Amino acid sequence: MAAVEASSLATHAQTKSAWERFKTWADAHAPLVFLAVMAVFAVFLIADYGINAFAQRSVNGIVTGSYLALGAIGLTLVYGILRLTNFAHGDMLTLGAYIALLFNVTIGVPFWVAILAAALLTAAFGVLTELTMWKPMRRKKAGTLQLVLMTIGLAFVIRNMIQIFAGAGQQRLDVNTTNTIDFIGLTIGSFQLIVVIIAFAVLTAVASMLKYTSLGRQMRALADNFDLAETTGIDTNRVVIYTWILSAGLAGLAGVLVVGSIGSLNPNTGFALLLPLFAAVVVGGIGNAYGALAGGLIIGLTQEWSTLPIPPQWKVAVSFIVLVAVLIFRPQGIFGSERTL
Amino acid sequence: MDAVLLGVSFDFLTAWGFWIGVGVLAGIYGIFTLGLQLNVGFTGILNFGQAGFMAIGAYSAVILVVDVGIPFFLALPLSMLITVIVGLLIGLPAVRLRADYLAIATIAFSEVIRITVQNARGLTGGNQGTISLELDNGRFFNETWQDISRWMTDNLFDPIGLSGNEFLNLPLLVVVWGVLIILTFALARLVRSPWGRVLRAVREDEDAARALGKNAFFYKLQSLSIAALLGGIAGWFLVLAQGSVSQEAFEPIWTFIGYAILVLGGLASFPGVLFGSFIFWAIYEGLRAMELPLSSDKDAALRFVFVGLILILLMAFRPQGAMGKKEEMVLGE
Repeated sequence: MAAVEASSLATHAQTKSAWERFKTWADAHAPLVFLAVMAVFAVFLIADYGINAFAQRSVNGIVTGSYLALGAIGLTLVYGILRLTNFAHGDMLTLGAYIALLFNVTIGVPFWVAILAAALLTAAFGVLTELTMWKPMRRKKAGTLQLVLMTIGLAFVIRNMIQIFAGAGQQRLDVNTTNTIDFIGLTIGSFQLIVVIIAFAVLTAVASMLKYTSLGRQMRALADNFDLAETTGIDTNRVVIYTWILSAGLAGLAGVLVVGSIGSLNPNTGFALLLPLFAAVVVGGIGNAYGALAGGLIIGLTQEWSTLPIPPQWKVAVSFIVLVAVLIFRPQGIFGSERTL
Repeated sequence: MDAVLLGVSFDFLTAWGFWIGVGVLAGIYGIFTLGLQLNVGFTGILNFGQAGFMAIGAYSAVILVVDVGIPFFLALPLSMLITVIVGLLIGLPAVRLRADYLAIATIAFSEVIRITVQNARGLTGGNQGTISLELDNGRFFNETWQDISRWMTDNLFDPIGLSGNEFLNLPLLVVVWGVLIILTFALARLVRSPWGRVLRAVREDEDAARALGKNAFFYKLQSLSIAALLGGIAGWFLVLAQGSVSQEAFEPIWTFIGYAILVLGGLASFPGVLFGSFIFWAIYEGLRAMELPLSSDKDAALRFVFVGLILILLMAFRPQGAMGKKEEMVLGE
């Protein structure tokens, strides 16, 4: 019986068309296929617009990708561990940026102190939402719709409370965002360079934390199976609190870096970034920490590259099209494996 | 007799114009939310792109009349067809996805639609998607409607003393609520039909429905297309009520406002949508009419804090809303 099945399987494999075999291969080597697609686009863009224009857009794309990755990692952590699709995450970025604004401009402390305050206070806010909203809702065994609509409600409250206190106008941080560095014909804002360095340093630290520390292992265990992790004696409440500290704290930091990169801030800045953040998360594979970095960079690069052939006001739409394409062809994202950190 | 509390005037509560305005908005967003009810309450799919479908309905109707020059009453069914086709095109890839992915995909689609109407000047003919309602030969998109409106005022409302500036929108109110009530009855019948029972089976347990030989994918696709159609119809009325269209009316927050209406009224209840929409707009417009001692952007922000609190508190303490059925509530896996 088993032999019959095996032989029928074998003939089935032989009758597979070349296209089907390619699809199986592409599925198994998704990162490679992604890289190849991006490379093809890159070659065409270089051929059409020259290496300099292309390289400049790539630099801009890496800057965008850096803050997107930093924002996306918090979104992906909370999704991976708590199964919470947090529509308020973009507004957490805004909150962080406004906290930095309060410290940096209104109170007048140095910028790096303001960054620290932004990350810490946004993290505290994240813990507050966990204690007042998400923990009670988990205990009630709330469903996806309930949780998603609560995050949307929270997003409205955060954004509009900021608007009530700080007004709807554009605001700026007290940092020099016009200073630029020129290097082999490319220009990068000196603050943008700092953004890239901070983002890569922090993301490396988070990835190492997840991989090597006890807390990181516990987080991954929760992401794999929350109930089983609890049964094996992991203090899930503690791990969840740390997850929120990390997620919201990184969101606050990302928010400040966004303002540093694009120069100004209004209460809608973070919400406008929410879908690009989701795009980064989904492209990298939702719940995957390294995926958030790769996804952020891919979205950042695609957005900036698209400004070569089409007007820049379309670049956000381009990232949404990438998002939808990935959802259709590879819903688990480029790094294949289902829902692991 | 001025009713004044804390320096805030409540005179608007006795003004006809205020309540007619609330009624028109409640009717428009009632039609809009009927679609969400069919999707979320009866099929279990999280459609976050309803504002995009509203945009398709509004822009296609206006473009057909103003640019193509098709008569108003021929443009409406054509616009319905276009909205359904867009619903199908978005649904084909989207409804296969898991609940949260479907939500993200539909919101992304609706943003692509909005960014397109904002930037495709050749198509919409105006800056930031503001469309010109006037045709070169002097005809307006809403000319036909204004003729009807004038006829209704002259022959129906004037004889019973309901005319003048305050009652300008009374004909629109009557038509919008007429359409809303007809659609509510039709949908309530539809979900009680064999088709509706399959829809609910898909909502309760997709695998079981599939095991019984029902094509769950096809049913979800139909549900989403009908929702798109309802969003499109709401879009026409929004244009008629506002007299113009701008992309801001199709931002994702309007979909979320639809969700606030949905959960206020209650899931899996079509009459709940009417109730939820009326309550929502009475409070929302009431907050606007109160003229709080705040600047206008802060006043607007306060209204949205209210929307956010509705969503949070209802989901936390009464997820079935006012008229929802607890036993019919399937809130995700």
